[in-house]
Amino acid sequence: MTLSPTIADALARIVGPRHVRLGPAERATYAKDGLTVHQRLPGIVVLPGTHDEVVAVVRLLAGHGIPFVPRGAGTGLSGGALADAGAVLLVLTRLNRILEIDPKNRVAVVEPGVVNVKLSAAAAPYGLLYAPDPSSQTACTIGGNVAENAGGPHCLKYGVTANHVLALDVVLANGQVVQLGSAAGEPWGPDLVGLFVGSEGNFGVATRITVRLIPVPRAVRTLLADFPSIRGAGVAVSAVIASGIVPAALEMMDRSCIQAVEDSVYAAGYPRDAAAVLLVEVDGRSEPAVTADAAAIEEILKGHGARSVRSASDQKDRERLWQGRKKAFGAMGRVSRDLIVQDAVVPRSALPDVLEEIARIAARYDLTVSNVFHAGDGNLHPNISFDSRVPGLQDRVEAASGEMMAACIAAGGTITGEHGIGLDKLRYMPLIFDGESLAAMRGVRLVFDPAERVNPGKVVPVHACREWLGARNAERGTRNWSAAPSSALRVPTSALPL
Amino acid sequence: MKIVERVRALLGREAVLEDTGAPDGLPRVAPSSPDAVALLLGTAREEGWRVRVEGAGTWMPADAPADLALTTRRLDRIPSIQPQDLSATAEAGVGCDQLRQQLADHGAWLSIDPPGLAGRTLGSVVATATSGPLRHGFGPIRDHLVGVTFVTGDGRIIQSGGRVMKNVAGYDLTKLQTGGFGAFGVVVLVHLRLHALPRADQTLVLEGPREDLSRVAEDIVAAGLTLAALELLSPPLGRRERWSLAVRLAGSAAAVAEEEAGLRAVTGGQFAALRSDEAHAFWMRAAEAFATRPVTFRIGGLPDSSDDLLDLIQHQVGDEWVSATPGVGTLRWGGETSVDRLRRLRRILAAQEVPLTIERAPWVTRRAVGHFGAYREGVGPLVEGLRHTFDPGAAISVAVDGDERAG
Repeated sequence: MTLSPTIADALARIVGPRHVRLGPAERATYAKDGLTVHQRLPGIVVLPGTHDEVVAVVRLLAGHGIPFVPRGAGTGLSGGALADAGAVLLVLTRLNRILEIDPKNRVAVVEPGVVNVKLSAAAAPYGLLYAPDPSSQTACTIGGNVAENAGGPHCLKYGVTANHVLALDVVLANGQVVQLGSAAGEPWGPDLVGLFVGSEGNFGVATRITVRLIPVPRAVRTLLADFPSIRGAGVAVSAVIASGIVPAALEMMDRSCIQAVEDSVYAAGYPRDAAAVLLVEVDGRSEPAVTADAAAIEEILKGHGARSVRSASDQKDRERLWQGRKKAFGAMGRVSRDLIVQDAVVPRSALPDVLEEIARIAARYDLTVSNVFHAGDGNLHPNISFDSRVPGLQDRVEAASGEMMAACIAAGGTITGEHGIGLDKLRYMPLIFDGESLAAMRGVRLVFDPAERVNPGKVVPVHACREWLGARNAERGTRNWSAAPSSALRVPTSALPL
Repeated sequence: MKIVERVRALLGREAVLEDTGAPDGLPRVAPSSPDAVALLLGTAREEGWRVRVEGAGTWMPADAPADLALTTRRLDRIPSIQPQDLSATAEAGVGCDQLRQQLADHGAWLSIDPPGLAGRTLGSVVATATSGPLRHGFGPIRDHLVGVTFVTGDGRIIQSGGRVMKNVAGYDLTKLQTGGFGAFGVVVLVHLRLHALPRADQTLVLEGPREDLSRVAEDIVAAGLTLAALELLSPPLGRRERWSLAVRLAGSAAAVAEEEAGLRAVTGGQFAALRSDEAHAFWMRAAEAFATRPVTFRIGGLPDSSDDLLDLIQHQVGDEWVSATPGVGTLRWGGETSVDRLRRLRRILAAQEVPLTIERAPWVTRRAVGHFGAYREGVGPLVEGLRHTFDPGAAISVAVDGDERAG
């Protein structure tokens, strides 16, 4: 299916011709996100500049039954913000205004296209910051963070995006605008804000986002610990967590990642001969308390095999240590033509075993895997460097990724901690959710978007719901889902006669 | 076949409780597994039975009209406590006191202090999202959950989230269940995020006129102290002659000493420290008091509106039993009041963009005003659609909307 030129004309009347992209080269700019193995060329790209324009665009598309995909800066890592030729890509980067900062109540109201780091910069004069800090924070948008429930290194102490979003104005699939939540964080009725955050655009378009700000910590101490084994570093992570001290961040990088960073312009002075380093940050209100916590953590790290623990000497040194961590993905991008950034979570105590299993999988498939991840949360990012032009290599990468996911699931974990399902992880969803649970998720989606037009084909693998429902119906001797009339899509799956 | 006989045939004789002494005379069914809950609710859907969901029976009055009562009291296992991961999994019928004790034995702490009696079930706390003073330092109930398993009104077992600390796989149905009052299913299993048991736990109290204490609270918040709780309690609730501003500090001994010094510096050293047993009694009595008032509701405003909201509450329904969390802006009220007053108060608050949630009340009140009441424009159909998704036969007897539904 391709979109008719009259739709493009109608969109241009709403947002202005300059903000409708029709040419193949223009649209190709939006064909990928941060996970470049997925590629889709959108039918039309439209960039509304205001809430009212978003509403008008969504209503126009609803009137014609055209699917659309909301997109922020396109830094996502799951293929979640890609649209195909039959869909419109709704790019929200022009809605980039910070509407309000209320320092007394520590609340900000922003449009979805505001770049994450710019919010913290705007809040800084008030002694406040926006806590979720994904590695892409210099480019990613708050709207995208809401869609993916983004995390970041400092979410260990301060929580992920869902913990910081208080209220939303949402344009539903039919163009209706609803207000969810309240600036105080207390919901009006059920917690629909909590349900919306992380729904990957399936429930509508957030055009106005109210978030919580937190005070900038007055004292910060950043430690770099050097370990001769990955297992030792993993065990040390559990020991720190169990100690009761909650670091602001607790990150791990393995040797492969260290080498990539040190070979790049982001070189941070990490010890090249270390099997792994832990980057630990402690923050708080007062210098003595933070110093005491840092000393306690240093003792734990040394007690668990750290060869050395050094503290950032000053703010510049701290920034250098963090730059190496935050730009690690970029540094690894230099190593090979293609990079798959994986995302999974395991119980923290399982880290040593799972890291060893990942290394075994990499060896078995003869792949280069680097680990840089949020160890304090058990949130792994095994990154596979490869060249997709080599025949058969991509298949090996896919197979190895699947085994890594399976290893994480077997350890009691899950398939994504902050990147989302998008297109990339659809195939793994049936590994962690049964058909009944997937069908229930789809039922929720149908409440918000009965025709499944908003970001279609993402998050919930519809085939798994259908296969399961078919099996259940066959078991009960009644009709199969696939035989249900198309109008049945308008009611929740769970309401279908069985 | 009578309901009791049918249920016994389905779940075994022991599933129907004998001689509960409940005045309603309803069969009281206590399934011992999520599968049994699913079987019961699936049958209820087929038979058209209405089901009242109960925990320990210490919070919500057991008066919702129904054909049978489903109690979670036999879902009382704690399958997993992982102190090294600071996570645990507990069934919904576990009493909070029992859970707290077992966690403490492992050096772990679930940092919530919901209102109600000590034996109130975890499922009740999750379903009603009733946080206590620790919300100041540790967030609302939802921040402590990493996943739930629930059973829909037509008997489907649904998993949401998982057991790990971060998880964005699929839609977050855990958030829908937290504070859903059972309208979207019956929570049977809860995966929890824990903290290490604090080595030091100090409570300090300042008494005085409410307005003065509100100003002190503002100063404390502005100072950015790291507090576990900062709670303003009415005189009967604090069991004192005047209002109380209570501060709770929890963490390492050094951290608690540091924050206490900071508190005294900000407030001029006026706070009185409670002994450990006094502190325990202080917080426990305040929590229990709400279980003995006929009606309890919570409202959520912005922190800087906290004092104005207290004035409004005092004017509309009285402020004898009030506990406010000024750093967050939430406020809990307990007492006796009429449906008309609740409706009027909810309308006034709605005009100020402040939601009011009925946490407990007699059925006649719940039915009239609903736990949630009127929704904002366009939200009502979403809630109705979600209810239909998770309870298509409306088997679960719950009044979330009230008579004045809108939107």
